[in-house]
Amino acid sequence: MEQARTAPPSHNRLIGRLLLLVAGAFVFAFAMVPLYDVLCQVTGFNGKTGGQETIRDNFGFGGLKTATAPEPAVDLTRSVRVEFTGTVMPGLPWDMRPLTLSLDVHPGELQQVTYLVRNTSNRSITGQAVPSVTPGQAAQHFEKIECFCFEQQTLGPGEAREMPLAFIVKPAVDRSISHITLSYAFFGLEGQRQTLTSREVP
Amino acid sequence: MSIATTHPGGHAAEPYQGGLRRWLTTTNHKDIGTMYMMFSLIMFFVGGLMILAVRAELFQPGLQLMKPEFFNQLIGIHALVMIFAALMPAATGFANWMIPLMIGAPDMALPRLNNWGFWLLPPAAILLTLPFTLALFGIGDGALATGWTFYAPLSVQGGMGVDFAILAVHILGISSIMGSINIIVTIFNMRAPGMTMMKLPLFAWGWLITAFLLIATLPVLAGAVTMLLTDRHFGTHFFDAAGGGDPILFQHLFWFFGHPEVYILLLPVWGLMPHVLATFSRKPTYGYKAQVYSFIAIGLLSVVVWAHHFFTAGMPVPALIYFMFSTMAISLPLAVLFFCWIATMWKGAMSFETPMLFAIGFIVLFGIAGLTGLILADVAADAQYHHSYFVVAHFHYALFAGGIMGVMTGVYYWLPKWTGHMYCEKLGKLHFWLTVFSFNLTFIPQFFLGLAGMPRRIPDYALQFAEFNAISTVGAFILGLSQLIFAWNIWITVRGGKKAEGRVWESAEGLEWELSSPPPHHSWETQPVIK
Repeated sequence: MEQARTAPPSHNRLIGRLLLLVAGAFVFAFAMVPLYDVLCQVTGFNGKTGGQETIRDNFGFGGLKTATAPEPAVDLTRSVRVEFTGTVMPGLPWDMRPLTLSLDVHPGELQQVTYLVRNTSNRSITGQAVPSVTPGQAAQHFEKIECFCFEQQTLGPGEAREMPLAFIVKPAVDRSISHITLSYAFFGLEGQRQTLTSREVP
Repeated sequence: MSIATTHPGGHAAEPYQGGLRRWLTTTNHKDIGTMYMMFSLIMFFVGGLMILAVRAELFQPGLQLMKPEFFNQLIGIHALVMIFAALMPAATGFANWMIPLMIGAPDMALPRLNNWGFWLLPPAAILLTLPFTLALFGIGDGALATGWTFYAPLSVQGGMGVDFAILAVHILGISSIMGSINIIVTIFNMRAPGMTMMKLPLFAWGWLITAFLLIATLPVLAGAVTMLLTDRHFGTHFFDAAGGGDPILFQHLFWFFGHPEVYILLLPVWGLMPHVLATFSRKPTYGYKAQVYSFIAIGLLSVVVWAHHFFTAGMPVPALIYFMFSTMAISLPLAVLFFCWIATMWKGAMSFETPMLFAIGFIVLFGIAGLTGLILADVAADAQYHHSYFVVAHFHYALFAGGIMGVMTGVYYWLPKWTGHMYCEKLGKLHFWLTVFSFNLTFIPQFFLGLAGMPRRIPDYALQFAEFNAISTVGAFILGLSQLIFAWNIWITVRGGKKAEGRVWESAEGLEWELSSPPPHHSWETQPVIK
């Protein structure tokens, strides 16, 4: 009877290993944050558009590196319908709408559209637009030559502005894609971010 | 009956404590198992009341009883309570009671941890439901209103109910992880001499896989809600697109836990089914090895299929196709289990006591859950069914018919062993038939509602959905009320009733039936030897 009640000595070792597994799983959750970002860059998950690197190093209207973008012969044999939409995130007293709702373009064709953005408040506010392209496979082939999303936009009290966007749907886009939706989300900068603690601040 | 007289030697010097003190400080696996089961039963009714309020609101189109905000809180907390505070504790209660008895161990390997694991649950349950009460006194804006999935960015912007729910999930997670470690160590280290892993009762096998899944995935949920917490209060941007974060990442993290969670809830039930089926078919379990390997296969597959929960969130086609086929692949080992269950009954001398009725009801209704799951796994079809009542009906077939009815199977099967009394067979059968009838009355209309396009999580709906919603509500109230029969039956069985023998069912096999009913407070102090 005494024998049966002495605990086998390996309890602690097993517990240690299991705890290690728990810690590993917890760390895995946080490791997913950078890993997921890398995955999105590589595959175009979530509509992250191509040509973002050139935006970041402030080449202005860059994006057309001759090395990466071959002479864009216009593919007149087919057309893709591009639809435009946009939302303003909560906390930013602006409204926006595309002046062109949709457009049929031949891949390789340069096109320009404008969004009308208006500040409905009586103070000057800076915002940043973040683009997203659906479906995700089209994102890599959607090249923005000029975009108001390349830099922050400041609108004075009650000011309305037409913001331009020039883009090319590259001919390399898969033939199965007939519709592309470009969506912008305008975020307020300057502490308008929604957290529990910042929400009450006017 | 005093405890000191029922077990020989050893513990006679241990002072027996009665009343609350006994339950607070107990390290006995049977006491803790009982507490888990009672807690689960109470929370089952708490969660049930919440959803009856929801169904009452949905009885007619329009808003009659509550504001939409309160409706949203009810559905989210209903799910969290049912999953984390009713189903999971019930499974842990079974494990505590039965695994030591079944594998011939004197107790769980880590008895004090066991006690702590249980006593973390009531505070967590209070945390989950307290914001309702606080809101009555004008503090805060009520409980979690995002649905149980906490999707960002809604949950980043929500009221303090989200914080309560996050902390409750942390505590529940710690409790479950401690329980899992305890069960794994018990099964690995404390089996009776001669009981190899391939002689382990299937119930223990099912729980072993569940425990490993909990350990692998619950910390991921804990990490995700921790990120949510820091996003809400400490200025991080994990899920905030304005700061470079990504709300879809939250869905990935959540469902990396959330899908295995389905199998965490179901594997203990799949484990206990063969025991019940074999007993009442008077035949040995068919395909023991096949079932063990199926458990393992399902456990492994369950962690690589998560994204089928958000096919419509926007994913590249190759990813969609991968998640579709891997999800469908789960139906292969699951089909093996189904055929093993049916083959166990095949040409058996079957009798239909309440546990057997529940087991057969489980097989039929859970089969519907599996088939409708295949439809949802289809990317093309899912675009229509996603976030509709079809999904609601599907996962209630999985978690009520598969989970809760499985738990009831186990309760009726082992209750005589736990209490030493036979339950009332007439009430048990009445409970079964009412449950099956009203469950289908509640959820079959919801399939139709989903197909007709009614979205889930809305307090009001278009007029063409009115009839099916009314039928569903009537079914839900019958379903809720018939569970009172269950509670009453348990109560009278605990209080008295026909004396149960050690081997309660004539052809039950396994170590647990070699003990008296109820088993002595300390059992298997001398471990049995398995030939």
